[in-house]
Amino acid sequence: MLEVERINSFYGKAHVLRDLSFSAPGGQVVALLGRNGAGKTTTIKSIMQLVRPASGTVRFDGTPITGLPPHRIAKMGLGYVPEERRIFTDLTVAENLLVGRQPPRAGAPTWTEDMLFDLFPNLAERRNNRGKALSGGEQQMLTIARTLMGNPSVVLLDEPSEGVAPVIVEQMARVIQQLKSEGLTVLLSEQNLHFAQAVADRAVIIESGAQVYHGTLEDLKAHPEIREAYLAA
Amino acid sequence: MEFFVAQILTGLANASSLFLVACGLSLIFGVTRIVNFAHGSLYMLGAYTGYTFMQVLPGAVGFWTAILLAGLTVGLIGMLVEMLVLRPVYRAPELFQLVATFGVILVVQDLTLMIWGPEDLLGPRAPGLRGVYRIMGEPIPKYDIVLLILTPFVALALWYLIARTRVGVLVRAATQDREMVGALGVNQAWLFTGVFALGSALAGLGGALQLPKGGADLLMDFTILAPIFVVVVIGGMGSLPGAYLAAILISVLNVFGVTYLPQSTLVLMYVVMVVVLMIRPYGLLGREEVAGEHGQVGEPETPIKPASGPVRLMVIAGLAVLALVPVFGSTFAQVLLTDIVIFCLFAASLHFLLGLGGLVSFGHAAYYGGGAYIAALMVKHAGSPMEAAFLLAPLGAGLAALAIGWVCLRLTGVYFAMLTLAFAQLIWSLVFQWGEVTGGDDGIVNIWPADWLNGTTIYYYFALALSVGGIIVLRHVAHSPFGYALRAARDSARQAEATGIDTRRVQLVAFGFAGMMGGVAGGLFVFSKGSVFPNELEIVRSFDALIVVFLGGVKTLAGGVAGGAFFKGIEDLLTRFEYWRLVMGLLIIFVVIVAPEGIVGSLRKAASRLGILKTAEQT
Repeated sequence: MLEVERINSFYGKAHVLRDLSFSAPGGQVVALLGRNGAGKTTTIKSIMQLVRPASGTVRFDGTPITGLPPHRIAKMGLGYVPEERRIFTDLTVAENLLVGRQPPRAGAPTWTEDMLFDLFPNLAERRNNRGKALSGGEQQMLTIARTLMGNPSVVLLDEPSEGVAPVIVEQMARVIQQLKSEGLTVLLSEQNLHFAQAVADRAVIIESGAQVYHGTLEDLKAHPEIREAYLAA
Repeated sequence: MEFFVAQILTGLANASSLFLVACGLSLIFGVTRIVNFAHGSLYMLGAYTGYTFMQVLPGAVGFWTAILLAGLTVGLIGMLVEMLVLRPVYRAPELFQLVATFGVILVVQDLTLMIWGPEDLLGPRAPGLRGVYRIMGEPIPKYDIVLLILTPFVALALWYLIARTRVGVLVRAATQDREMVGALGVNQAWLFTGVFALGSALAGLGGALQLPKGGADLLMDFTILAPIFVVVVIGGMGSLPGAYLAAILISVLNVFGVTYLPQSTLVLMYVVMVVVLMIRPYGLLGREEVAGEHGQVGEPETPIKPASGPVRLMVIAGLAVLALVPVFGSTFAQVLLTDIVIFCLFAASLHFLLGLGGLVSFGHAAYYGGGAYIAALMVKHAGSPMEAAFLLAPLGAGLAALAIGWVCLRLTGVYFAMLTLAFAQLIWSLVFQWGEVTGGDDGIVNIWPADWLNGTTIYYYFALALSVGGIIVLRHVAHSPFGYALRAARDSARQAEATGIDTRRVQLVAFGFAGMMGGVAGGLFVFSKGSVFPNELEIVRSFDALIVVFLGGVKTLAGGVAGGAFFKGIEDLLTRFEYWRLVMGLLIIFVVIVAPEGIVGSLRKAASRLGILKTAEQT
């Protein structure tokens, strides 16, 4: 369960998030939608405290995490999968997973290297290859696997479908559904509405850093004018 | 052949201490991105604490235990330094931390002097290893043999730690992207402290291990600094096998150098470094530095603007006071102020390069001392009049800067900084060892100004006019189209190039120009003192300027001048006390922690918060 309450974030003088509030109920997949530059990545970074909100509160399972260092938040069970992958390119696949490893946690599934290699068979073959030798899709899988090694109960996925081949996008959708079936809460930022529709239960739309829509995906499907107003290019 | 083998064995033995110290430095840099100038001080502390432990602990077991304890103690000291001095400034602008480490050097120097006294300590011989082994008939000290066998094992243990353990994996991951490591649940703060402690412990071990070979003295911190930087750079920043290879290369070369080219031992190391970096810009086993990959996002630079009316009035008033000093001030005040204005020009010239160009030079003393030496050499060997010699100082320094800049600008960031340091050391060692021409350590004396300038007051006016003039020229250039191009190249080289700016040429011209202005300061200096010694070319002099620029404020135009005036003034006050280094070091650390924007930058922030000064956005 993740709650964002009236957060305001800045880059220097630029006001990026404006009184943004929404929540991701436990066990659900929530899609954070919005145009390029709407503030999706900043939202995710503000939850993780990689960007410090100037005001407002982020709660994780009821505990305020605003102001905590990112490593403490990660240890509480909030998994972060960054945009543009950011794997450790000089480390092997196995070593990348080792960086993410955390002790098992009550109330969240425990992952092992073997389970993740089952989930991402391509990675198993490349176990001892360095990160820089992987394809874009493989790197994307590795970032997710690396975060899962921390046994999170909530996962933040920043644009998982960006810049990867359609076949990988499909695989990514299956992975997200599996995470949901394991009881994880997922918040993913997306520009690809089709992808969001395939995996998400709820949608939050932001525009210029403020929330403009919050509801179920069925509801969003029933109101094409909202999609038209905020998501159409 | 026998002799040859013996030489190589000696070189390998010498490499062991160098390797330990250098790989500690490399490790620290790799993870924390801190250029730890205080690493030589940790090495010195290792030697001194090791000496004390050896006095207390008897026998062979005691000897080796003492070495381990020295490593541990220095590791703990390093940990304290990291937690107390460096942690508060991790978020400061890039490379600012090195100023803090310089403060640590000064503090350690005086503490060592207080605890162990000024006498050099003769290192105890290793019990049971006093004699020599005969290898192919040549005598090799037993201790050397032990060292050269031991080192690969230490290297192997380190390699295992880094390559095979989870801690090592985390360290390597943090080298690449520390923010991501933190977001995965690893407390980077402790990782940094741990790495700093380990690196320090290695320096301490290195210091203690070389006791039987070299003893302990108060100069060893700076003596080791240049070689370990060279080793780290040749090996490749952050690469342990690279550091090992480079330590061996340098040590073996040095042993042969002593035998065959005794006048060139100091120069040799830097020549090797320059050659290696020309062929492999990132060292033997280093990898290319990609800017911005470490998640370090600084605040955007505020645009500079011409001084406002009130500021101009203040400057004019200040100059009027300076001009009136000979009327009411003592001769001493004039001499001191001459020193200060010259130093301000020197600092301003480095600030131009560093603040506006983003080009961090670790060897700016080369142009200051170089200018001074050119003028002095002209007077001494060519008998040229003062005026001609004085004109040749900036000219020669500028040309040297152009040539050196042409080579150094092939690299960026820390590699650029190191290469500038190497060239400065190259020039220093040339001057130091080429005694017939430069007088070596004895310097060049009796270099007095022309008759019309002979006199404290008239020379004060001369120095004041030229220094202030030089500073105004530097400011003027900063506001000229060239200054804009230079800042564009600093902020975004690619974008600058896309708008038609030849960034390398702009930077090269800036490097030459800054060198030339440094040369003016050097020329002024030599005629004010009547003599010049190699220490005007030393690392310490380059560091002086760096510190002053950083503490004054890199991002403000007045930073170099303000820092120069402030610290030269304070230095004059403090040097009257016995333990002035301690006070100065603590002061530097204090300023670094409370005013990470530098003196001018922090004053300006405070002023704009109070509404005295308008911020750039409002105007």
